[in-house]
Amino acid sequence: MTKKIKNLNLNFGPQHPAAHGVLRLILELDGEVVEKADPHIGLLHRGTEKLIENKTYMQAVPYFDRLDYVAPMNQEHAFALAIEKILDIDVPIRAQYIRVMFCEIGRILSHILNVTTQALDVGALTPSLWGFEERETLMTFYERASGSRLHANYFRAGGVHQDLPAGLENDIAKFCETFPKIINDLENLLTDNRIFKQRNVDIGVVTKDDALDYSFSGVMIRGSGVPWDLRKSQPYDCYDQLDFKIPVGKNGDCYDRYLCRIEEMKESVSIIKQCLARMEKGPIKTFDGKISPPSKAEIKQSMEALIHHFKLFTEGYRVPKDEIYTAVEAPKGEFGVYLISDGSSKPYKCKIRAPGFSHLQSMDYLIKGHMLADVPAVLGSLDIVFGEVDR
Amino acid sequence: MNNLIDLEKKINSELTTKINKTSIKHNQIYVEIDKDDLIDVVLFIKTNKDTKFRQLIDITVVDYPEETQRFKIVYLFLSHEFNHRMILSYSINENELISSLTSVFPSANWMEREVFDMYGVNFKNHPDLRRILTDYGFEGHPLRKDFPLTGHSEVRYSEEKKKVINEPVKLEQNYRNFDYESPWEGTKYIKEISETNDKKN
Repeated sequence: MTKKIKNLNLNFGPQHPAAHGVLRLILELDGEVVEKADPHIGLLHRGTEKLIENKTYMQAVPYFDRLDYVAPMNQEHAFALAIEKILDIDVPIRAQYIRVMFCEIGRILSHILNVTTQALDVGALTPSLWGFEERETLMTFYERASGSRLHANYFRAGGVHQDLPAGLENDIAKFCETFPKIINDLENLLTDNRIFKQRNVDIGVVTKDDALDYSFSGVMIRGSGVPWDLRKSQPYDCYDQLDFKIPVGKNGDCYDRYLCRIEEMKESVSIIKQCLARMEKGPIKTFDGKISPPSKAEIKQSMEALIHHFKLFTEGYRVPKDEIYTAVEAPKGEFGVYLISDGSSKPYKCKIRAPGFSHLQSMDYLIKGHMLADVPAVLGSLDIVFGEVDR
Repeated sequence: MNNLIDLEKKINSELTTKINKTSIKHNQIYVEIDKDDLIDVVLFIKTNKDTKFRQLIDITVVDYPEETQRFKIVYLFLSHEFNHRMILSYSINENELISSLTSVFPSANWMEREVFDMYGVNFKNHPDLRRILTDYGFEGHPLRKDFPLTGHSEVRYSEEKKKVINEPVKLEQNYRNFDYESPWEGTKYIKEISETNDKKN
């Protein structure tokens, strides 16, 4: 007698704690082995690119916070850099240090979230409790500088919105002293943990060639042994003056990617320290009145400043006709903005290149032949945030 | 090729007939080609030892509704070896079919699905051309310039039917697109504005 065996189709998500958001993953299972994975995305699609086309350049900035919402300022950075390159304006050195510092804070924010929730997915609860406490501290830094914990809207073309409030630099410096101990604690819990290793070593292996073919970037490509980091290879702002290392993995599995993230956090702390040490008092945005708004005191005294203020907040600044692609090394990989300006005060086209999009698309390739229980581990190490995948 | 100018020369001399225009701007090389040469050009820049654009960063479309060739298809490439970026583009008419890059770069799969979803550009030889970002059963192509910002339909849960339903968009006030540019040209201009505003709303 012959028995007919049919593969099982399983819906993973869109409401599943290990799906890291609204991912609907349709898995075809043969027993417990995954034969095929088909991610359905777009459940968080908000039409960011369309909205940006209808807003002035300054009004478009908050949309970038809402992409990868665990590291908002890194996204704003890409947009600010794109406009600065087209307008050909210089950013004061203090503003560059502030921006780099907050980008690294964003990197730590994102990596803590990823490392600890990945640990949660494979069965370790404690790291997330310890890690989230630190995230909360970092988000208060965001709040003190910009006014909000998450959606900062802080970077502008030509600098940042406001100078840092009194005492913030000291508090960040204090955090840099205490935080390495927390990383060590996390490492004590995870790095040599037998269960964590069993769940991550040799899972979701990516070879060098495949990492290139599948448009991987960031930790996903470095974990596979490609030494590529935009902060080093195409430095922006003051990254070329700072001293930091790029951790590179060997095997391209989930465990190596975890190690890369841990090391990157340590490097980020060192970058923040360097920024704090070099930061001097000075202007925090460009002096060009056609681009950056005047101070309140100026508006009260100067007619020109009043006109500038009015024009900036109604029409906005105009950006000459141009076409540019600018990318930054966001915590998740290469985040890019392809901007087409037409000489008006609104972008004609603004394509956002999100690293998570190409990472998630390789899900089928990564998970084929693995067990069902490996799906959350692989998904966790991809570092997916649906804000940026769905845009 | 360590230098962008050398790279430009190399591409122009190797692919003479296939290249329409090259330029260097913002430390990136911009190349314009014909629609039919896409696969040849991409294979060349991917495999040639002096170019090695091994990574496809993104594919997108720019919509120019007024022009005869409405869509400009843009491909962004990155070469890790030489640290160069290339922006490759060509223009097509509204209903033209273009070749898929999935055979050369597997990552083109979703990028082309997104282009299809957002702009309605069709690809031949694509293994799985479905909508990707919009809702199941969505109609229209949202990133086209003639698609309204508010969309055509809205979704809500209907208490009577006990399910989620689609309805045409009903707004208390239409989205208003103010024209802030150069308002200092006298009364005649203001009259024109009110006329166009009436049309819009």
